[in-house]
Amino acid sequence: MLSLYDGALDVPVILKDWYEAEATSNYGAYIPFVGTVRSEDGIDGLSFDIYEPILNSWFASWQKKAEQKGAVIKMAHSRGDVLLHESSYIAAVFSPKRRVALEFIDEFVEDFKASAPIWKYDLKDGKRIYALKRSTAIKGSGILAK
Amino acid sequence: MIRVEFLGPIQKNALELNITNLSELAEILQADESLHEWLTNSAVAVNDTLVSSLEGALKDGDKISLLPPVCGG
Repeated sequence: MLSLYDGALDVPVILKDWYEAEATSNYGAYIPFVGTVRSEDGIDGLSFDIYEPILNSWFASWQKKAEQKGAVIKMAHSRGDVLLHESSYIAAVFSPKRRVALEFIDEFVEDFKASAPIWKYDLKDGKRIYALKRSTAIKGSGILAK
Repeated sequence: MIRVEFLGPIQKNALELNITNLSELAEILQADESLHEWLTNSAVAVNDTLVSSLEGALKDGDKISLLPPVCGG
């Protein structure tokens, strides 16, 4: 399950909805990761662009991997502006046993950072500045260069 | 016609080009100085599937996307 929202995520509601949706699914572990915007380098917040067609296919490939382990993966992400101390990202794994969920959430979030087509901008002094230095080139980048 | 879209922070309008493969696209985009850095760090998708080489033919109606470095979360 992949959900995109305009602006900050309502974390308590999303975590509760996911919990309730799987309450009787017989999973022994529910491991959520919540990403919150921190105050650093004088930013007022972050902003995000998302390219949905490739995000959807990327997420579908992880859903398949989760299924193969008897697990379920859920993810929520913000579009647009998210201010300090608000949250822009939640990922969670449900699985029969904790070890699978702990390992899976780690692999999933690492690949999310490296591959999901989402672009981050710092909101600073009324400007929206692309966070190039904190960004990762997708595997296979550069084929059009000389 | 092939549509070329520049995603995220690349501030460039989409192009409609008469090309038959990605090598021709590379040549056209390399001539645009404002794209030099983006070409070195962007991934390429054809019809929303990432590709790892310039091989393969394009057909009328195909969509190409350039994806610069990402940072979700």
